[in-house]
Amino acid sequence: MTNSIPPKNKPVQQQNASTISVLAPAVGWFIPGAGHMIQKRWIRGILLLVSIGTLFVLGLMMQGHIYKANGGDILDILGFIGDLGAGAFYIVSLSLNWGLGAIALATADYGTKFMIVAGLLNFIAVADAYHIAIGKKQ
Amino acid sequence: MTIQLSHFSAAFVFALFASIVFGITHRETPRDMIRYGAYCFVMFLGGVLVAGWAMWLVRR
Repeated sequence: MTNSIPPKNKPVQQQNASTISVLAPAVGWFIPGAGHMIQKRWIRGILLLVSIGTLFVLGLMMQGHIYKANGGDILDILGFIGDLGAGAFYIVSLSLNWGLGAIALATADYGTKFMIVAGLLNFIAVADAYHIAIGKKQ
Repeated sequence: MTIQLSHFSAAFVFALFASIVFGITHRETPRDMIRYGAYCFVMFLGGVLVAGWAMWLVRR
């Protein structure tokens, strides 16, 4: 199939591929599922957004704790890396001071884990968007 | 607004959404995605139930 492309169009196509291979993971990290959506995988993108977004929001509603980048305990650093994966959800929550209060519910620890897992799942989604962008996956 | 989920409902919600993401990201075709997502969901919830019953037996 690539043989049918005129040689002078190949560099343009390669440049587009390299642009989308950078853009898709970046956008996908910031808005979960957007990396798939900009590559016209609408259903996958929406499902990822709903799944990751719902997990994160449920975590917040369960009074889960959001980790900040303050170093210290290794578990806090790992929690921060996990939370950071949720992109805009994490940034907005942190800027509005959500998830920073004292834990009052017994199930709040589940909420903390929900938010960390939401971020980690988004890292997987980002890698998937990259694989689609470079043509490794359909 | 706060919500309080029971252990099982939290596990159910977690299994549902994690399975959706796993299905989409780990398989190529839509059919395989659905099958793998369903497999992950059953394994997540099955693991919770088995672990729960195992702990109940240990406690006895």
